[in-house]
Amino acid sequence: MSAHAGGYSADPRIRRIEWLPWIVAIAAFFLLPEYLSLGARILIYILYALSLDLIVGYAGIITLGHSAYFGLGAYVAGILAAKAGITDPLVQLVASAAAGGVLGVVTGAIILRTRALTLLMLTLAITSVLLEIANKASTLTGGADGLSGVTVAPVLGLFKFDIFGRTAYLYCLVVLLIGWWLIRRMIYSPFGASLAGVRENSLRMHAIGAPVYRRLVLVYTLSATFAGIAGGLLTQTNQFVGLNVLSFESAGELLVMLILGGVGRIYGAFVGPIVYLIAQDFLAKQFPEYWYLGIGTMLVLVVLFARGGILGIVDTLLAKMRRKA
Amino acid sequence: MKLAIKTGAILLASALCAAQAPAQTIKVGSVLTLSGPNATLGENMDRAIRLYMKLHQDKLPPGVKVEVITRDDGGPNPDKAKQLSQELIVRDKVQFLAGMTWTPNAMSSAPLSTEAKVPMVIMNAGTSVITTMSPYIVRLSFTLWQSSLPMGTWAAKRFKTAYVAVSDFGPGHDAEAAFTKGFTDAGGKIVGSVRIPLANPDFVPFMQRVKDAKPDAVFAFVPAGKQATAIMKAYGELGLHKAGIRFIGPGDITTDEELPNMGDVPLGVLTVFHYSAAADRPANKAFLAAWKKEYGANSVPSFMSVGAWDGMDAIYYAIREQKGKIDPDRTMDLLRHYKSDDSPRGPISIDPETRDIVQNEYLREVRRVGGKLENVELETVQAAVKDPWKILNHKK
Amino acid sequence: MQALLASVVSVAFHGTALGMILYVISVGLSVTMGLMGFANLAHGVFAMAGGYVAATAISRFGVPFPLALVLAFVLVAAGSVVLERLLYSRLYAASDLEQVLFTIGLIFIAVAVARFVYGTLQQPVVLPDYLKGQFSLLGRDFPTYRVFIIASSAVMVGLLWFGVERTRWGAMVRAAVDNRAMAQSVGINTKRLFTLTFALGSGLAGLGGGLGAEIIAIQPTYPFENLVYFLVVVAVGGLGSLRGPFVAALLIGIADTGCKYWLPQYGAFPIYVATIGVLLWRPAGLFGRRT
Repeated sequence: MSAHAGGYSADPRIRRIEWLPWIVAIAAFFLLPEYLSLGARILIYILYALSLDLIVGYAGIITLGHSAYFGLGAYVAGILAAKAGITDPLVQLVASAAAGGVLGVVTGAIILRTRALTLLMLTLAITSVLLEIANKASTLTGGADGLSGVTVAPVLGLFKFDIFGRTAYLYCLVVLLIGWWLIRRMIYSPFGASLAGVRENSLRMHAIGAPVYRRLVLVYTLSATFAGIAGGLLTQTNQFVGLNVLSFESAGELLVMLILGGVGRIYGAFVGPIVYLIAQDFLAKQFPEYWYLGIGTMLVLVVLFARGGILGIVDTLLAKMRRKA
Repeated sequence: MKLAIKTGAILLASALCAAQAPAQTIKVGSVLTLSGPNATLGENMDRAIRLYMKLHQDKLPPGVKVEVITRDDGGPNPDKAKQLSQELIVRDKVQFLAGMTWTPNAMSSAPLSTEAKVPMVIMNAGTSVITTMSPYIVRLSFTLWQSSLPMGTWAAKRFKTAYVAVSDFGPGHDAEAAFTKGFTDAGGKIVGSVRIPLANPDFVPFMQRVKDAKPDAVFAFVPAGKQATAIMKAYGELGLHKAGIRFIGPGDITTDEELPNMGDVPLGVLTVFHYSAAADRPANKAFLAAWKKEYGANSVPSFMSVGAWDGMDAIYYAIREQKGKIDPDRTMDLLRHYKSDDSPRGPISIDPETRDIVQNEYLREVRRVGGKLENVELETVQAAVKDPWKILNHKK
Repeated sequence: MQALLASVVSVAFHGTALGMILYVISVGLSVTMGLMGFANLAHGVFAMAGGYVAATAISRFGVPFPLALVLAFVLVAAGSVVLERLLYSRLYAASDLEQVLFTIGLIFIAVAVARFVYGTLQQPVVLPDYLKGQFSLLGRDFPTYRVFIIASSAVMVGLLWFGVERTRWGAMVRAAVDNRAMAQSVGINTKRLFTLTFALGSGLAGLGGGLGAEIIAIQPTYPFENLVYFLVVVAVGGLGSLRGPFVAALLIGIADTGCKYWLPQYGAFPIYVATIGVLLWRPAGLFGRRT
């Protein structure tokens, strides 16, 4: 991607404006109590989008199969709860993370030796395999009916998951905070700088002896782990898992959210899901046909004219204002 | 003095206003499929709901209005349906949940019904286990066991062997188990069975398997609508009829509104079901007349429309009996004892123990009547059928 | 034994019909990806458009079946030229990610438009009477329609291969696929070549969509649901090659039909696993160019 702002300065300290999203999130908790389950979903998708941005935006790996890790995390949490009676949410979350990570390192090691269409195809094929398994192993996964009976015990034994989504919202917020902090640390580190190198010019990286393949597998595994966590959160919030977590349409939607916000910059992964999911909540219900039309048109326009997404437009405007001042 | 009269007048006026019951709106949240490949299923239900409301405004207590808030689940999307149900309860504060085109959608929403104590009136989803998932669920539609078990029992009299082909999801498994039980208990032999993936458009390889097994009949269940047409086409294309294999199944495979799209292939197909648009009982004739008047002479209601129609009737009954003041537990009590002789499908009632529908099952054959194909009701295979699965498994 | 032979013949037959349709639709994708280096995930949109054109022509305007298919070819090809000149050509130099995103956007738009114009029901492509029924060959009955698919696809494939091997246009395409820069420097007008080839590939996809409507149903979500199949054909066959996708399509068609017949409880699982295996063994596809 040519428009790559928000990369790394040498200074990894957290700037004050970076606290803004968290303040908004806490304010929303108090001001919008009826919308907390939508809020929880937004938080989950921000984490999911961050994980995708790690590989698409920072490492430059194009994948349509990220939902494999998300879906695996979701089902692992659900199956533990519904079939194995393990209801502690933190245990479930660790399991989702581990599942995502293991699948990530195994698949990453295999497919990252290929490139371009082959890589894309492999990511699609892997997701399709998982989707078929989820579909067919219905005694374990509920098949097309989905997995019900997912009980999640109160967090830390104290905070019960209620129908208003209050606990879910704060729980997801805390997990997202931790995830964001970890990812941010990683990007503002030498490791993150080497990722940029791989993305911009991998030949040269090979030439300077950087272990490109290993770096790619590492970031892919980390990304898959976070995606698995996001999937687990979704199951715990909804207390249900359906086949949709593995669908191609939802993987496409995630890409849209990321592009909308701005690829290759942490806060693109924040802005995108917020704008997309809120718009969807209002518009898609009234006009479901026009929703997809709008999304498609917006995607085409963004690619043609606004490659940095919303944050890219904001950057351009700010730059113009600074020039005028 | 004038001040006293004015004050008195104002007080009197306020008292009169207060004495009139304030207009009360009872909100019903309807979760249906209105977009995507299966949109016609939800549309048929939605139309029935609107038509019922239009024609029965006088059946509500004075000052009480009913508002139906409709949400589109886009198909068998249990997570989306759950999210929509949750929003209906928390944001829109509905007092009833209704609709539920698909089993997975009903099942995922069931826990919300329990937690928030919001009665759920199921107008379509047909898997037996659904009503056991919450004490606040009542079903006004049907179950696959109700139609497929009697079908199996009846079919064993005509056919010695049968092949079972169903879609691989809840209702499909139910149909398979029910038919197999009915057929084998009555002396028939199942020579093979196959579960077809739900998201599969090409039925030809599966029908080929059936043809090669040479049964006397093939019992099939797929979701009503385009999949039913597709499997019917496959049956025709491969010449199974010529090979002497009769097509039988629950009525979902020859629904009234889909028959026109199937060509001539369905002629002679035998089904057991609770509703046919061709039924000549007076309640159905009246229903059809009202439907065609509102939606056009070429429009045909389906069994899903009838499920929605009767569902609204049950809701209105509960509202009437409580004079608009809805208490969830009292509502469930009333709904458990709901009966109607006026349904387009014949006499119906709710089983108080299981909260599930009790209705007649009819044997029908697809025949050409007046130039069009119709499901002609031949006989009542079994009257007042309770859901057999719950009886066999002692479930409530 | 007799029964086993019968099922093998049946699977081979139906599988070949499916494979031929997959090839007719996907060959355009293979050529444009090899020629223009453009990942056009929206290729299924052209197939769907062709299906809708054919269905509408037959049911609304009473056009005879073969003419409807020709109409599908022509209209979709023409439409694709417009799209290519206006939109695609801006992105030839864009990154892979941008191309992928753009084509996904196109899919969303196409799905919404199809839903809006045609509603959500499957569009039936009504077959003429001479194609209904069964066709008797060597003592077995085969559905006439699928025999027609195999026969007409074979003819089209033959014409296509002849065209690419023997005509000047074909030579230019092969040259440009091999080495675009060289081809440009010997004076080949690659811009016009791209447009022409893109139109041909998309037109074929449209024709395949209409021809195969009974096997691969025409509905608004067509481009999403069948994307994997088209991509697998091209990836396994090899980009830019003509024969590779042909072999791949037949293999996939027969394997898919066979799995549905003998192992229905596994669904499409074996196909995907096999695809992964093939791609790991030969990343450029079975007949692809090893770079």
